[in-house]
Amino acid sequence: MSDSTNHDDHHHHEPSDMELRVRALESLLIEKGLVDPAALDMLIDTYEHRVGPQNGAKVVAKAWSDPEFLAWLRKDATAAVASLGFTGRQGADMVTLENGPSQHNIVVCTLCSCYPWPVLGLPPVWYKSAPYRSRVVMDPRGVLAEFGVDLPADTEIKVWDSTAEIRYLVIPQRPEGTEGWSEEGLAGLVTRNSMIGTGLALDPGSLEASS
Amino acid sequence: MNGPHDLGGQHGLGPIELEADEPLFHAPWERRSFALTLAMGARGDWNIDMSRHAREDQHPVQYLSSSYYQIWLAGLERLMLERGLVTEKELNGGPRSPLPENTKPAVPAERLSAMLTKGDSARAESENAPRFKVGERVVAKNLNPRGHTRLPRYVRGREGVVETTHGVFVFPDSNAKGEGQNPQHLYGVRFEAQELWGADAAASDSVVLDLFEGYLLSAGESA
Repeated sequence: MSDSTNHDDHHHHEPSDMELRVRALESLLIEKGLVDPAALDMLIDTYEHRVGPQNGAKVVAKAWSDPEFLAWLRKDATAAVASLGFTGRQGADMVTLENGPSQHNIVVCTLCSCYPWPVLGLPPVWYKSAPYRSRVVMDPRGVLAEFGVDLPADTEIKVWDSTAEIRYLVIPQRPEGTEGWSEEGLAGLVTRNSMIGTGLALDPGSLEASS
Repeated sequence: MNGPHDLGGQHGLGPIELEADEPLFHAPWERRSFALTLAMGARGDWNIDMSRHAREDQHPVQYLSSSYYQIWLAGLERLMLERGLVTEKELNGGPRSPLPENTKPAVPAERLSAMLTKGDSARAESENAPRFKVGERVVAKNLNPRGHTRLPRYVRGREGVVETTHGVFVFPDSNAKGEGQNPQHLYGVRFEAQELWGADAAASDSVVLDLFEGYLLSAGESA
């Protein structure tokens, strides 16, 4: 690792080489009739424009606002989440984890990149990368510090390693000072990282200060 | 396999690189690689466990120095080559080769869209009753299969407690080899941080993994 020059040689493929290689592969697979070009565009449109953390934020805001919905999430998160229209690939079997003052949950996939696509979309690079995957199971407090999250020493931390096909969504703790807020307003406080467990929901005061 | 992908507990892999306003894809080729991988996967020429194995079964230097979509692309090329859907020559710009007999046509966009919405549950049926119950102490077996497994090294031989029973799911270890779904009960097993990492770990912390029945023994039972 001390020889950073050599190390970097492994990292950097010329972007143009990758572009050419993938373009050639796409043409080959279309020409051979193995993929439908319209399907490729549909896939990209779905994950760039239709599916993302805004979906999860709606689940969280409803969980904060509606005790019956929260009870449903606890009993059958897959069905409760599906009732809001969020279903599908990499989220066919959902479980929600509730963060609070005494317990904090964090989600990882140490073996690959399992992530609840229907509610969070595609994962960020750090979630899929070696530093997070290697360390969060062994040093969750150190990892949280890198995300700027400092929990009290007596908060119990549970790290959930998504080793099978269950997909986990964290319900962050509802911020104080949000009594009477609409679900829409609440959803604006729910960040992607707060639904992975590497962040907290936004403080309403910080929103007012920045607006 | 004891491969480079099994990262839990490794040191020295550097800081977590956070990117403000991160784009979904960092280059056009990543976007196309993502779509090609999903569109090819939807054909059913291989299953998700074969796909995961094709990505992790690389030389560790290659795996750890590749970006995420480079790993996906390498896995996709390997799966297609193994099945004769493409040839090395074609991937290198050579002349087109015929497809194997009985190659299925492309999955049309409308059908793929429905597949995305419907999801891909790996739930399955089994007549066997669950062997373990919630609250029971279990030990993760010390297994070191050369093939695909979802039992990370960092819990092998360690004792935990069954926290949840998830029902029955396709067993990835056999499914990845094309040896059948071998459906098994799946359990959420909680391991104390100190059991995994020693006395320096926080006494209050723990790690929960979803582990298949075939990975587990009752605590006290010999392997």
